[in-house]
Amino acid sequence: MTTTSGAEAVPSADDSVSRPRTLGTLLRLHPYVKGSYTRLTLGIVDAIIGALVALAIPVVLSWIVDGPLTTNDSEQIFPAVGLIAALGVLEALLIALRRWLVLKPGTHVDGAMRKAIHNHLQQLPLAFHDKWQSGQLLSRAMSDISTVRRWISFGFVMLTVNVITIVAGFAMLFYWNPLMGAVFTVCSLPMLYFGVRFDLRYMRLSRAAQDQSGDVATNVEESVHGIRVLKAFGRSTFALDGFAARAKRLRNTETRKGVAVGNFTLSVTTLEAVAYALSLIAGISLVSTGAITVGVLFAFFTTAAVLRWPLDSLGFLLQLTIDARTALDRFFEVIDEPVRVEESAHPIDLPAASGSLVFEDVSFTFADAPEGPKPLLRNLSLEVRPGETMAVVGLTGSGKTTLTGLTTRLYDVTTGRILVDGVDIRDARLADLRSRVAMAFEDATLFSMSVRENVLLGRPDLVFPEGEAEQAAADHLVTQAIDIAQADFVYTLPDGLETKIGEEGLSLSGGQRQRLALARAIVTEPAVLVLDDPLSALDVTTEQQVEAALRRVLATTTALIVAHRPSTVMLADRVAVLHEGRIAEVGTHAELLARSALYRHIISSESDEPHVIPDVTAENESVIAAGAEALGEVDSIDGIRGVQP
Amino acid sequence: MSVTGVSGEERNDFTRAENKRLRARSVKLAGQLVRPVRWQITGSGLLIVLGTLGSVAGPALIALGIDQALPALTSAGDWMPVILIASAYVGIGLLGGLFRSWYFRMAARISQRVVYHLRLRLFRQTQDLSLSFHEKYTSGRVIARQTSDLDTLREFLDSGIEDLVSGVLFMVFTATALIILDPQSMLPVLISFVPIFFFAWWFSNRSRKAFRSARVYSARLIVQFVETMTGIRAVKAFRRERHNEKTYGVEVDNYRMANQTVIALFGIFDPGLKLVANLVMAIVLLLGALRVLDGTMEVGILLAAVLYVRRIFDPVAELAFFYNGMQSAGSALEKISGVLEEEPTVPEPTRPVPLAAAAGALDFTHVSFHYVADRPVLPDLDLHIPAGQTVALVGTTGAGKSTLAKLLARFYDPSSGTVSLDGINLRDVSNDDLRRAVVMVTQEAYLFSGSVSENLRIGRPDATQTEVEAAARAVGAHDFILSLPEGYETDVNKRGGRLSSGQRQLLSFARAFLADPAVLILDEATASLDIPSERLVQRGLKTLLADRTAIIIAHRLSTVAIADRVLVMEHGQIIEDGTPADLIAGTGTFATLHRAWRDSLA
Repeated sequence: MTTTSGAEAVPSADDSVSRPRTLGTLLRLHPYVKGSYTRLTLGIVDAIIGALVALAIPVVLSWIVDGPLTTNDSEQIFPAVGLIAALGVLEALLIALRRWLVLKPGTHVDGAMRKAIHNHLQQLPLAFHDKWQSGQLLSRAMSDISTVRRWISFGFVMLTVNVITIVAGFAMLFYWNPLMGAVFTVCSLPMLYFGVRFDLRYMRLSRAAQDQSGDVATNVEESVHGIRVLKAFGRSTFALDGFAARAKRLRNTETRKGVAVGNFTLSVTTLEAVAYALSLIAGISLVSTGAITVGVLFAFFTTAAVLRWPLDSLGFLLQLTIDARTALDRFFEVIDEPVRVEESAHPIDLPAASGSLVFEDVSFTFADAPEGPKPLLRNLSLEVRPGETMAVVGLTGSGKTTLTGLTTRLYDVTTGRILVDGVDIRDARLADLRSRVAMAFEDATLFSMSVRENVLLGRPDLVFPEGEAEQAAADHLVTQAIDIAQADFVYTLPDGLETKIGEEGLSLSGGQRQRLALARAIVTEPAVLVLDDPLSALDVTTEQQVEAALRRVLATTTALIVAHRPSTVMLADRVAVLHEGRIAEVGTHAELLARSALYRHIISSESDEPHVIPDVTAENESVIAAGAEALGEVDSIDGIRGVQP
Repeated sequence: MSVTGVSGEERNDFTRAENKRLRARSVKLAGQLVRPVRWQITGSGLLIVLGTLGSVAGPALIALGIDQALPALTSAGDWMPVILIASAYVGIGLLGGLFRSWYFRMAARISQRVVYHLRLRLFRQTQDLSLSFHEKYTSGRVIARQTSDLDTLREFLDSGIEDLVSGVLFMVFTATALIILDPQSMLPVLISFVPIFFFAWWFSNRSRKAFRSARVYSARLIVQFVETMTGIRAVKAFRRERHNEKTYGVEVDNYRMANQTVIALFGIFDPGLKLVANLVMAIVLLLGALRVLDGTMEVGILLAAVLYVRRIFDPVAELAFFYNGMQSAGSALEKISGVLEEEPTVPEPTRPVPLAAAAGALDFTHVSFHYVADRPVLPDLDLHIPAGQTVALVGTTGAGKSTLAKLLARFYDPSSGTVSLDGINLRDVSNDDLRRAVVMVTQEAYLFSGSVSENLRIGRPDATQTEVEAAARAVGAHDFILSLPEGYETDVNKRGGRLSSGQRQLLSFARAFLADPAVLILDEATASLDIPSERLVQRGLKTLLADRTAIIIAHRLSTVAIADRVLVMEHGQIIEDGTPADLIAGTGTFATLHRAWRDSLA
């Protein structure tokens, strides 16, 4: 990228933009600008020619003043003015050409960056999304990228053009008269100093403003997503206060940016005035001594006039450049975030699906969890045999949902491994893994598209099937899934399956959303189904119907089901009790009910009776001991009375 | 088709009348925005006048230097005129710079003030708009209006005012100076404004559509972006990335094309102006040169005239920028004014009936309700709930239980009939009074970024820490909160703040405890809790509900045990009504349900 780096380096001759960090950041645009260099280079060449043409106009003017006007040779006036007109036309054409040349690169880079950040964010692990505020991501993906686009298609080109114009213009001033040129230059030099000072001050403000505008975006998002809570508690005013505080901070920072620009402008205009005045004194005295002609003086000031806008605009362009630089910093903060759940370098093909799911000595801690506390899951082992349905029960916050997330590598285990059909899931292709294992989440996210598309989320190939046979097959699958999930309410929606669901499925009830999420998991016909409390929002009758239908699917599918209710547990062949980060017990519902106090505590609804541990037989003494230890903990946590080990 | 409010927002094929109406709406909003700062704008205009005067004086001073000071120096060796003129130049330049710099500060203040107030107004408006609006207008679009549209407006205001004021003034002053100096040179300039006018008209017409599309596509980008990032778990689990990549890519390309169109148009407009400017300068030069030859014009005057003509068109580019920005901001204003124009379907009463301390008696009188016309959810409901009663609502999904609850919380108003609290129609109760009296806890336990205790204080912002902890204790959330890294001060989005859905529900319960309303509505508020936690919550509820009215919707019939009364709903009607004991003993739906539920337990 020789030409562009050269061009980007040009400002260094003039101001501080290119302190290594800024230049370094801007250079990182390379992958997005790639392919646009020819146009950008041509654009800059064009701009240089344009600047030369603009500077040539005063030359001709001075020639007219000193030539025909002095000698009274009207013959030459017309060709000279013709030349000026021609130069004028040329200048306009060059501008048009330049705009056409840089048109594509600017918007192209913009598009490439937008796609890059969106796609990268989709790849980033959940751990990343857990800790980043959504508004910060949004402001980076939207306004920061627009800032960069404006810089590339306007700021960058103008800065290059102006800097070249300034350099060439100063050279010409020297050419007209070295003394006046020197006076003008010396007076302009302090601009460098003010430029650096401005740069330092403005950089901080610019970054702060962008961050604060991300905060404001976060507030906006939350106020919209949490509108029900705010309305339910009548806290709109309260939310407004918080929002107003953040908006005010942003407002202050933006205002201070304006002040910084104002100060810089003041120093530039002052220096300019001094430069002009001193040059005027020097010029007039030079003309009076006959050292230069009036034409030269004329030309000098016309040249200086051409320099005015480039000099005046420096503050503004510097501002754009710094804004772009800080925006790029923010952009790259996301792009540089490593994708932790990575595709294996040498992926193994999953063997034919039998549907076994094995947790081997799995421990898990959230990467950003504070030091100290025990890991959420500790040396957990569990085997779900092919075709088996395993329920996982445990207290709120025991890590059940996290456990389900590990199976599709939404999070990666910290130590240990998880095998699907005998293969460590980190060795399998992500796409293979996620089509073999399908999940339904408790808080069912629906997207703003048709019911049908929502159900077919994991089978996009069936959304627009080709041919009648495929169409029929797709229809059959969808109907079947809806049937099993008892989601036949969709047929009563205004447009049936084609009804577009409002974002997040807001107009559907929790139970309806859950059933669609279930249908979504079923429709992919996975070898392993992972369901996170999939029936929690259903009423008893519907739940029974879903369970009856679900049994048919579960008969042939391996399943891991997080359950809170006995009725859901009844779907399972075996039940695992998750407690303190480990599987404390595994067994059938009946077995566990008989032998595990912990299990009874978790699953039994007999609330007011004191929990009595059944007779301890010798062989499950250790189990009971574990349960008792656990219960001791439970006791202290929940204050359940009457638990006697 | 209508263009009222946000309808027709995605269209770009407006009729002349519709265009006019949209423009009028934007202009009206623009007027409202400008009115409070009109004096500041006038003031900043004055500053820029003074600042511009300074820079306009430049060429005249140079001309003066050449025509007056130069002869003085040459003939009489008199330095005074030169020094005077140079000092004047510095003085005027310095003053001009001061005014300009002052202006920059003021302009930043004005534009930030306008944006700030519009931001708050838009925020308030979206909060005031009823749920029915939010359910059809995706949250992504609301966000787009409040972020990228406002950004567009801010960008315009930041540079726009300056471009306009300084541009116009610069032209006016330069023109005045030129007229004073040499009126004849002004003629070509005046004539040139005719083609410029038509040119601008062409640009405006062509670019408006493109700007509008840019706003629409940018909103679509935000909608998809927000949805993808909010639903990232589902996206990943169902391998949606590639598909999203494609659809987002399409929207990005659409947005890019819209932007490209605008820039391409501007790429013709801007050099076009330059062309006119350069040609006019050539003409002025020609006419001037001929007059210098005639001896009717000084060379210095010609120099000044040419300089002025060259400068007079400088701001034309700025004006073009201004115009460009104005078109862009205009499209943003058009969308924003649409949201502002929406009327809340659940309006605040103009003359509210005061409700000091609600007792909590609730009445539904001939209430019917439908979301979609001809599909009544509640056909005709009559119900009296005396103050202090705990009522359990039971029935299949879609029976209308949640709708009943939402009507009580006045998320919606009934299509006909009245819902009243202590005999006062809810429509006549002020929002503040209503929210103090009635609180609803829903299944989705949304947490805002911030600490746990900040989230709990949504229930009562002025609660003391002791009260907050008491509420958490009452629902059994205290211990797990303490186990978080920073206890009550743990940020729910940050290190170790990850909460399970059950824990979230506990927090949302604690919020309701803290709010301490006369009427509490629990819509599926315990669905994600494990049984021991639910048990604890219920124990807390018994104390909490002792002296207040409560409506509990729960699929788990265990909750029913604490109710004084059970209502069984089906197809929007109450089919059974009685004490739990009576209903269980009977042979109705509830008895059957209850049996099924008992059987489902271990």
